[in-house]
Amino acid sequence: MSVMFSGLGDRLQEVFRRLRGKGRLTEKDVAAALREVRLALLEADVNYRVARDFVARIEDRAVGQEVLGSLTPAQQVVKIVHEELAALLGGTRARLAVAPKPPTVLMVVGLHGAGKTTVCGKLALMLKKEGRLPVLGALDTRRPAAGQQLKTLAASIGLQAYAAAPGTDPVEAVPAALTECRRLRGDYLLLDTAGRLHVDDDLMAELRAVKDAARPHEVLLVVDAMTGQDAVKVAEAFAGRIGLDGVVLTKLEGDTRGGAALSVKAVTGCPIKYVGVGEKLDALEPFHPDRMASRILGMGDVLTLIERAGETLEAERAAELERKLRQAEFTLEDFLDQLKQLRKMGGLEQLAGILPGVGRKDLLAQVREQDLARTEAIIRSMTPAERRDPAIIDGSRRRRIARGSGTDVQAVNRLLRSYGDARRLLRQLGGKDAGRRSGGRWF
Amino acid sequence: MMQRESLFNGVERARRGFWGRLSDFVARRRPVDDEIWELLEESLVESDMGVDLVLDLLGELRRWLPKRADQSLLWEALASRLESLLGDPVPLAPPGVPGEPVVYAVVGVNGSGKTTTIGKLAHRFKSEGLKVMLAAGDTFRAGAEEQLSIWARRSGASIVSHQPGADPAAVAFDAIQSALARGHEAVILDTAGRLHTRRNLMEELRKVLRVVAKALPGAPHETLLVLDATTGGNAIEQARQFGAACSVSGIVLTKLDGSARGGTVFRIRSELGIPIKLVGVGEGMGDLLDFRPADFVRALLRPALPSEGETR
Repeated sequence: MSVMFSGLGDRLQEVFRRLRGKGRLTEKDVAAALREVRLALLEADVNYRVARDFVARIEDRAVGQEVLGSLTPAQQVVKIVHEELAALLGGTRARLAVAPKPPTVLMVVGLHGAGKTTVCGKLALMLKKEGRLPVLGALDTRRPAAGQQLKTLAASIGLQAYAAAPGTDPVEAVPAALTECRRLRGDYLLLDTAGRLHVDDDLMAELRAVKDAARPHEVLLVVDAMTGQDAVKVAEAFAGRIGLDGVVLTKLEGDTRGGAALSVKAVTGCPIKYVGVGEKLDALEPFHPDRMASRILGMGDVLTLIERAGETLEAERAAELERKLRQAEFTLEDFLDQLKQLRKMGGLEQLAGILPGVGRKDLLAQVREQDLARTEAIIRSMTPAERRDPAIIDGSRRRRIARGSGTDVQAVNRLLRSYGDARRLLRQLGGKDAGRRSGGRWF
Repeated sequence: MMQRESLFNGVERARRGFWGRLSDFVARRRPVDDEIWELLEESLVESDMGVDLVLDLLGELRRWLPKRADQSLLWEALASRLESLLGDPVPLAPPGVPGEPVVYAVVGVNGSGKTTTIGKLAHRFKSEGLKVMLAAGDTFRAGAEEQLSIWARRSGASIVSHQPGADPAAVAFDAIQSALARGHEAVILDTAGRLHTRRNLMEELRKVLRVVAKALPGAPHETLLVLDATTGGNAIEQARQFGAACSVSGIVLTKLDGSARGGTVFRIRSELGIPIKLVGVGEGMGDLLDFRPADFVRALLRPALPSEGETR
């Protein structure tokens, strides 16, 4: 899921690392750390009020006995932040509504340029792959060629679309779209609506009228993940005037800070159901809030990695990777293998974000295409014994490896350090209890 | 003057809330105290100015301002500091003469409002009596060419377009050749929306602009990056990456008619040095205005500032 939140993750991990270095904590230490947490959230575009309330909740719990009285106060703080973050993002995965009697009507709303039409196309393709027959309905009669865009999208995935005539009243087009869907025996009708500003009273009233006519089973708000502070006002307005059941975040494949995700969930209470991670129509993923919280706090999203690997690699390979990840029997050979697999799976920028330890720039650098060849050369210049047990690689071995691979000792050191980071992290992930999991040098 | 009012109306819609509370304090002529500093921090952060810049700015003002100073001092100092961050206004390059058209390339991420901006810009040039050529360089998005054609019809501009999926550089080349042959004064080049992190797409953009420079030395004369005012801190990354890939000469800030306040432009101008040239304030053809730093800041602060004519 791209590198969403990586900046926030880096900053939070740094806060916790410093906190952990302290041993005993005073209220002042906790307050200073929470101030940093607040700034990190704001820097990640989380809305001002949402960040303030979030930190206040943590403070309430942290200054109580829950933390200062404990033997491992820093870990307690991390645990509280993790729990609150997971709660803020919305617990476990939420699914789309299904009507008792088809068609299930989904209505997609949002600002201009949020990506509504593309989301309609992506949802349609996803439903089609699940064996459903979705029909698309273009109710955007305002933007030039909007209906044409949806029709072209539908045709490209072998589906039908009904488009209301430009300039007509979208409310009047609703019955025709429903009739068309029934005629085609569609079991889903995806209604794409015109982009509008949440401060435009007339257009919000129009949207409400469309909803009353269509009586959708689910209204999805499409939000550009790069949205800043305004996300709260947009979400509040759509939730208040139209009523929402879920949120789809788009344009997550960029270097978005992702604050909008936290803000929107916090003010609407609506779950984020899907995220768009690319321009291609299959680039839509279900959103897993609990995993995202772990990602932000630097624990890596091993489950997503394994799922992704499972889709791409053969099954036993994935099982092997999972076993190694869990047991941290993770040699330099495996490290290289994992880096190569990551590249083969494609979408390196997306995948790098879910590799455990992505917060570390060094590690990320090893995955980069131009560095991978060098990484491989270094590992290939080691003896089998060195690859199994890198601890024996002393200064003179390092020099030999550097010469053998045509690199320098610094490059060898960097690689060993990245490998060490990945390994340490995996060992933590392998631990069963939360206490051990948040141990280690990461916090 | 009309322009200023229009921008005010857009930004003003956003003022309810904290600015409203702040202006209550102003009305009560309360000296500057902690509560005012806090409200100010909140409302500036909520304008997407970026928390680091806001803390710097307020820290600086706090050191400079005497304790319990009169509020008017604070507002004046803040306004002048914000204005200086925006620098001097840099006007849009004017269209050329027949046979020597000025080429405007319009770039940006998906959904920022490129095509609409082009439609408005075409309308502006046409209403100045100029011949305008549009180049449908977004050959990727379904319906993009149709959307631009409709804008061409509405504004009376000519358009050059190829098949969907065609090479955008070829479209740009043909449009410039045609504009040269037919004596147009302006060529506006649409490009496909692309996220600034997509290296291959940024490379493609660079290639298109190289072809443009081959078709007409010196072109594009203006490369406009379209930014959505609702975008948060990511706007700075967009400006940085597009700036590095294709030497952006100006920013168009769109969707200022919502409740977003577009505070990201302060960092874009002061850190990256890219001037803001135009603002989009509505869906109408005439809703594209020249950016004026002083007006922008005043619109941002107006609810809190003492009203004009009022004695200090």
